Parts: sequence; C-alpha cells; structure tokens
Amino acid sequence: MSYSVEIKNLDLSFGAVKVLRNLNLNIHEGEFLVLLGSSGCGKSTLLNCIAGLLEVTDGQIHIKGKNVTWAEPSERGIGMVFQSYALYPQMSVKGNLSFGLKNAKFPKAEIEERVARAAGILQIEPLLDRKPAALSGGQRQRVAIGRALVRDVDVFLFDEPLSNLDAKLRADLRVELKRLHQQLENTMIYVTHDQVEAMTLADRIAIMKGGLIMQLGSPDEIYNRPQNIYVADFIGSPSMNFLEGTLKNGSFAVDDMVMSLNGYEWVDGPAADTEAVIGIRPEHIITGELVASAPRQYEVTVDLVEPMGSDTLVYGKLGKHSLRIRMDGQASVQVGERLPIGVDPSRASLFDKNSEARL
Amino acid sequence: MADISAAVGGAQASADTLSGPRGPRPKRAFSSTNIIIYGTLLVVCLYYILPLYVMIVTSLKGMPEVRMGNIFAPPVEVTFEPWVKAWSEACTGINCEGLSRGFSNSVWILVPSVIISIAIASVNGYALANWRFKGSEVFFTILIFGAFIPYQVMIYPIVILLRESGDGITNVLRFFYEDAPRVRLMGSLSGLVIVHTIFGMPILTLLFRNYFTSVPEELFKAARVDGAGFWGIYLKIMLPMSLPIFVVAMILQVTGIWNDFLFGVIYTKPETYPMTVQLNNIVNSVQGIKEYNVNMAATLLTGLVPLVIYFASGKLFVRGIAAGAVKG
Repeated sequence: MSYSVEIKNLDLSFGAVKVLRNLNLNIHEGEFLVLLGSSGCGKSTLLNCIAGLLEVTDGQIHIKGKNVTWAEPSERGIGMVFQSYALYPQMSVKGNLSFGLKNAKFPKAEIEERVARAAGILQIEPLLDRKPAALSGGQRQRVAIGRALVRDVDVFLFDEPLSNLDAKLRADLRVELKRLHQQLENTMIYVTHDQVEAMTLADRIAIMKGGLIMQLGSPDEIYNRPQNIYVADFIGSPSMNFLEGTLKNGSFAVDDMVMSLNGYEWVDGPAADTEAVIGIRPEHIITGELVASAPRQYEVTVDLVEPMGSDTLVYGKLGKHSLRIRMDGQASVQVGERLPIGVDPSRASLFDKNSEARL
Repeated sequence: MADISAAVGGAQASADTLSGPRGPRPKRAFSSTNIIIYGTLLVVCLYYILPLYVMIVTSLKGMPEVRMGNIFAPPVEVTFEPWVKAWSEACTGINCEGLSRGFSNSVWILVPSVIISIAIASVNGYALANWRFKGSEVFFTILIFGAFIPYQVMIYPIVILLRESGDGITNVLRFFYEDAPRVRLMGSLSGLVIVHTIFGMPILTLLFRNYFTSVPEELFKAARVDGAGFWGIYLKIMLPMSLPIFVVAMILQVTGIWNDFLFGVIYTKPETYPMTVQLNNIVNSVQGIKEYNVNMAATLLTGLVPLVIYFASGKLFVRGIAAGAVKG
C-alpha cells in the first residue's frame, strides 16, 4: 500500500515551546483524514508543516514517496484552503483561480481550460468576473477550493474551511465537500475543531492534544472504542458520562452498586483489579420499554429536562452521581420523577484511572 | 404628562396603552451644550483662518495700501503684482530670479526623494512584516530607534559622509574611466536626495510594516502555496491592496521634504537652495524696504504644494492613517 503523505518523527518548536513532538502519521492514497482537536493542540501547525509554510525543527515529510521536507510550498503538489478564504481582494474570481497557474508559467489556453473545468465542478461559472468582495461567504469558500482545484494537486489541505460560515451553509458545504472528495478521489487532510464535521467527513480521524496524536482511527472506532478518557470525553455531544469505581473480579463497583461486565470487549483480556472509570454515552443509556430487556437496570431521579425536538436530554442522579441521558424527542419526563434506565456493558468503555487508557 | 400624551394621541390610540414617552426622544437644536460646542468650534476656526485671510488680503494689496496698516481690510485695488514679483523678480543677495529657481530645485529634490524612499521603505516594511528572518526584530528596533535621534546630532557626520563618499565614488569611476568627472554629493541636489531618503526611512518603514502586518497572514500563505516568490507576492498581492498607505507615505514625505529647511540650507549651496531656504532669504533680507505684500505672496506660493497635496488626497489619507495606525 502506497502512502500519499508520510510524516516521520516530526518535531516542531517555537523557541522553547514544543508544538509537535515526534509525530508519525501515514495517510493513504485518496484518504480523507481529519485532524481534530481543541485550539492550541497543534493541528493547524501540523497542516502548515505539511504545506511547507512552517519550517520543521526535525523529522521528514514525504508526499507521494518524495521527501519534500525542504521543498517550497508550491513544489509539494498541495493545494490549501484557509479559514478566512484568503482570496486576493484586488483580483477577480478568474484572477484568483489562475494566479497559481500563471506563476507556474502554464500556457494561456491550458489556464483557460483548467479554470473553466474547476468553475464547472464548483458551479461558480457566473461569478468568474466578480471581485471577492461581491461574493457571499459560501461562494468565497468555493472559489478558495477552486484555487486548489485548478492546480491539479495530489493533496488538498483544509484549515478549518467552514468555521467562518453560518450553521446552515456549513452543513450544505460539508455535504458538497464530501461529494467533491468522492468525485476527485484525492487525498484530503482537513483540520477542524468541529466534531460533527470530523465524524461526517472523515475516513480516519486523528485526535490531537498537546502536539500528540491521542487516537487515530475511523469515526466508528473513535466513537465506539475510544482509546483513552480524553478522546472519549472529546467526542460526542453531550459528552460521555464518567463514573469512578473499582474493578473487582470482572465486575465494576460504583459505591454500593455492582455491575458485572459480561459482554464487555476487553482490550487485553479481563483486566486485573484496579481503580477504574466507566464511560457510558448518554445515547447508550437505555430508557422506555427496552429497559426490561437491558442487561443491567437502575433508577435515576430526574433533575433537569432539555427538550430539543429531535431528542430530549435528561439530567438525572444515580445515587450521588449525575448522569446525562439522551431520550426520544417525544418522551415525556417530569423533573423529580423516578426514571428506570438500563445499561449494556458491551457498549460502555472502561478506562484505567491512572493511565486513563482503555482497559 | 399623561394628559398631554392622551390629548395628542387623540382618538386613534387608546390613552392607557400609549401614555408616557413614545418614539424618538425630542432633541432641542439650541441646547446649552450645542451652543458651547459649536461656539467653541467657531472661535477656533476663526483663530486658524484669520492669519491665512490676512496673508491673502495683504498679498493682493500694493505697498501704499499696506503702509496704511489696516491689515484686516480687504484690498481697495486688487493687484497681482506682488505674486509676480515674488515668483520671478524678488532678490536674494545678488540673484534676482525670485522663487522660481527655488521651486524647480525643490521639485528636483522632492520627486526622487519621495519615490526612492517610498520604494525602499515599502519593501523594508514588507520584508519585516512577512519574511521574518533571524534578527529581524533587532534590525527593526534599531531602525525605529533611528527615528528618535535628533537630526542636529547627525548634521556634521553627514557632511563628512557625503564629502567622502562623493570622493570615493569618483575614485572608483576613475579606476575604470580615467577622465570620469568628479562626483560631488556634498552641496549637490543628489546629496540632499540621499539625506532625505535616509531620514525618511525609519518612520516610513514603521508605517509600511504596521500596514503589512495588518494584512491577513493567510493571504500571504495562499500566495506562497500558489507559487509566488518574494517579489511576486510584493508586486502582485501586497502592492495593489495598499494604495491608502502609499498615499499616506507620499503625503508625509512630500510635506516633510518640501517644508524642510535645515537640510536644505546645510547640504546645498545658493544655486541649489530649495524653495523654503529661498523664501527665508527673501523674507529676511535686511536691505531695502520690507515688502510685506511680496513676502506674503512668496510664503503662500511656497505653501501651495503641500496644500494641494492635502486637498487632493485627504480622503485616502484618513483611510490610510486609520488602517496603518490601528494594528501594530
């Protein structure tokens, strides 16, 4: 299997601050990889390193099997789309699209042809003679994508491209991006802090924290089998419920409640007795008629109800622990009510309390 | 109050739902605040405009009328004689060509100084803002420090520098061509152009650097990904979007260099005196009678160039100052 982008032992420091630490990442041909993390985790820095806009402190970057660590951004076969669009304000849309090609001294006819093709794909033909100031946010971002498209690059880099758009447009453009990826089959590396974008777009997600990759995996793996508490907490909204307790003889005890873990998929076989944290997603807590068939059953006291239409969020107390529970939008729940719930250990996540790693 | 609003509201609106203040609050045109503000502004305006009025009026009077001493009175008989005399006949020492020669000298000093200093400073500012190199901050600090050194300290060293570098250039030229002419920088227009270019550098570089740092960094990154180099980005991206700051720099330099007296009087000689120096020599000549009307006309003529520049580009000036000043 050939890799499109390989990052080998990459280090990057700004003075004494180490932003990226010995980072290794291999990205497959045609893959849509999302770098996800809160601000300051180094995800944009990593993207800038791949683009060649930042000089790396140590390590190598290979694109298409070629070592491009010292290459100029324009020589790397990448196209980049920025959060602020970064369109050249004094050039028309056409000028923006053809600027890169003119710098690369392409013949005029080919420039025309490529601009026309990109404009066709992105449906911006009627806008070609306009200045960026006369475009809406969505149109600007489309032009910015077009600027990468005309150069016929191997790798697309997106730096939070949808963050400046309003919610509805963001959802629309997200779908369009996914379509574009299916159509072009290019490698795309996409930086975002929005987990919905990450989950919907990615073939694989790399969750970053403090310059390190916490977990690299498919959206399904990240969501269902988070490797550590950070990832488990970061993904999912509302976030996962965590309960601290002890692990003893294959069952988990929180205060005086004991739950057998039959059906839980251990990483390395059943773990030894230890202090542990169990994580249960709000949407994995069983309510309603299905509670009777759930492996474990409890009762919570309802604290607060947030009806959101499509579903209802219930905040409840299990003993002295708070729980967030996602219920059907039509469920009618009253504050103070005793609500029966069920838990399925096979859908829970267990973490070591000290190492925070999945058990 | 309730009575009034009910009466005004009349039949249409029911009084109980709409009593009390409603709609925009009424404003009085002649409130005490307004009278104080506009009064003060008016007085200040008069204070500034009065000297200009006196100058214009006096410059249009003949000497007999000036001698009557009524400086605020408009001219009884309008004459342009003083303007003509100031431009082409007024004497400084033995030379009686008026200000015209000073004007052409000033133009020959102004145009190259403005173009060269802005060209260099804009590239400086661009490099310091976008292409940070090792020690660029130190370099910038030193440059800015230069803006605070009093000119007077530099006068004599620059005299020597101009003299010696002129000789140096001559020697180099004569090494290649034996009969090359002697290059003089001290006392010549080109020497003064060099001085103005150097002294304009700190403040202009600061101005351009601040403007270019306010340009989004992503634009610069996008241009690099698109394969543009140092000059490509400067000429095709940065230059076209920084017209306001170029206008600001131009205005600063034009007024600064045109109004300069000190460098003009030191680094040139009588044949190459700029207009300001010549104006001083006309106004301050101790021989003969004081022709106030000619002096006023000469002063107005000298001030005309900066004035025209301000009026022609005022709007851009404000825009550029705001753009360059806000972000640092």
